[in-house]
Amino acid sequence: MSSKLSGRRRFLRDSAALVGLAAGVAPSADAQMSHSEAPPKDDKDNKDLIAYGERSRYVKSVRIPVMERMSPDEFGMTFHVLSPLQDSVGMITASSLHYVATHRGSYVPDIDPQEHRLMIHGMVDRPLIFTMDELKRLPFVTRAHFLECSGNRAKATHKTVQQTHGMTSCSEWTGVPLSLLLKEAGVQSGASFVVAEGAETVKGATSLPLAKCMDDCLVCYGQNGEPVRPQHGFPLRLIVPGYEGIHNVKYLRRIKVVNQHYMTYNDYGHLAADSRVAALTRQVGPKSVITFPSGEQKLPGPGFYEITGLAWSGSGAVRSVDISLDGGQSWTPAELRSPAYPMAHTRFGFHWTWDGKECVIMSRCTDELGTVQPTRAEIAKYWNVPNDKDLQIKGLDNSVFGWRVASDGSVHNGLA
Amino acid sequence: MVSRNLVLIVMILGLSQISRAQSPTYGVGRTPTAEEIRKLDISIGPDGKELPSGHGTAVEGAGVFLRKGCFTCHGENGSNGPAPTLIKSDGKTKSPYPCLNPCVNDSNLMSSHSPYATTIWDYINRAMPLTKEGTLKPNEVYALTAYLLYKNGIIREDEVMDAQSLPKVKMPNRDHFALAPEWKHGTPRLQGYP
Repeated sequence: MSSKLSGRRRFLRDSAALVGLAAGVAPSADAQMSHSEAPPKDDKDNKDLIAYGERSRYVKSVRIPVMERMSPDEFGMTFHVLSPLQDSVGMITASSLHYVATHRGSYVPDIDPQEHRLMIHGMVDRPLIFTMDELKRLPFVTRAHFLECSGNRAKATHKTVQQTHGMTSCSEWTGVPLSLLLKEAGVQSGASFVVAEGAETVKGATSLPLAKCMDDCLVCYGQNGEPVRPQHGFPLRLIVPGYEGIHNVKYLRRIKVVNQHYMTYNDYGHLAADSRVAALTRQVGPKSVITFPSGEQKLPGPGFYEITGLAWSGSGAVRSVDISLDGGQSWTPAELRSPAYPMAHTRFGFHWTWDGKECVIMSRCTDELGTVQPTRAEIAKYWNVPNDKDLQIKGLDNSVFGWRVASDGSVHNGLA
Repeated sequence: MVSRNLVLIVMILGLSQISRAQSPTYGVGRTPTAEEIRKLDISIGPDGKELPSGHGTAVEGAGVFLRKGCFTCHGENGSNGPAPTLIKSDGKTKSPYPCLNPCVNDSNLMSSHSPYATTIWDYINRAMPLTKEGTLKPNEVYALTAYLLYKNGIIREDEVMDAQSLPKVKMPNRDHFALAPEWKHGTPRLQGYP
């Protein structure tokens, strides 16, 4: 058996050397051998191979804190960290690279799942308390959903797509529909909102419309094939598909059914005098961004490139994505390259042969309701304000965003 | 043994009552005791119906603010500290700290922005002091809330805050806010928005 294996290995090695020769790469049989036949160097290698795998040491993609507030801050708290969208592929964000935001500053709690409980009470016939094991006995669903922080706003000072759009990510979430738990408890007539609360330092809480909770919210214990990670809410978090990130309560410990908006600390920060602005600070509008080529990347020269990026909407699935190569003058459909699930990141691609001339590339998302991602000019017109550098977009900024590709191949923020 | 029998009787009684109401489908999970609910339920709504008994004034609150070390993070006068501003600054002193993002001062100050004084009580009680949340007594939370309301010019220094008076405090933003429209499945976030 072992001689067979080593024979096969030798064949693979020789083939690899041949491929190297054919491709005009300087062959190094010794190097090939050391890659394919070296035994694990130490115990760490074995652990990695057997117990829990790590990525290649050559892959350097990491999250960074937002520019506007350092992390850790004065209190040792991590506030908001950005996902490296420029390196993203597919539609799912690795949990380790998923953006992180905390409820206006809190520490990540160390929760023993054996001790964790979820209580459902308030305007219900039967208040209920669940252990994690009990929750896992109930019917579950698995769905892909994006999360996005309301502060995910491109500024002229931002250089990379990580800075302009890095506070959105998409995971495969697994959990119990909140509607199932609420029906099990028996919601009383007159109820209209719930208050969802976490178990972290500040007991972050948020008010949610009961209609949304009965529609598609999930009480999740699984993320991307494993338990939700501590920074994302272990052992239990609420997913409110399509709503701004702050509503997706982490470390979920309590759901109280009530008859009015409860105006928690997190709620009042979203208040606006105008109900139109209030609407724009709850559900995420259709949005997209080109992740390649993007800020601080460099095209080596004219030729073929696949433009790619992500599109999403808080109102449903992405129907289509258009690309502009002339700063929004004309638009051509891109291809959707991943499944387009409701309230999930959808990957798009677009064949592009760059002629080496300066241009501004943009993407525009249309969701299943037919709502089209607005340009800054359209938003300015809606509010009847000038479309200039000082334009403050109300609510979550979902405006069309462009990258300027300079003739030397360097890529720059289109707002700069 | 006696108490165990009692528990059993109470459980059977409880079950027979539940069976008369619309019955649950799965029957997983248990009914929390009234005491369990009372301990966990820290939500205070705008009408203040969950507020506990107790009371406090601004004068008492000034003492609590010092005694509990609130000033170490929020600044001696409730501003210019590393933590969010609690009391409108006189505008003369410049904070040595960057305003945390989202920047909580002036118009975004809880006392100016929240339409209900209950929000302040709720947040102090649920979250403060940082990492020692849940340790303040109701009287201390009433006193701190009164202190912040007084220092921001909303109530008089001698007004007593309790479960009756706190929900009645007229906040500056009480009539100047809107909630998002009723949410329905399959609707855009704002009809007519481009």
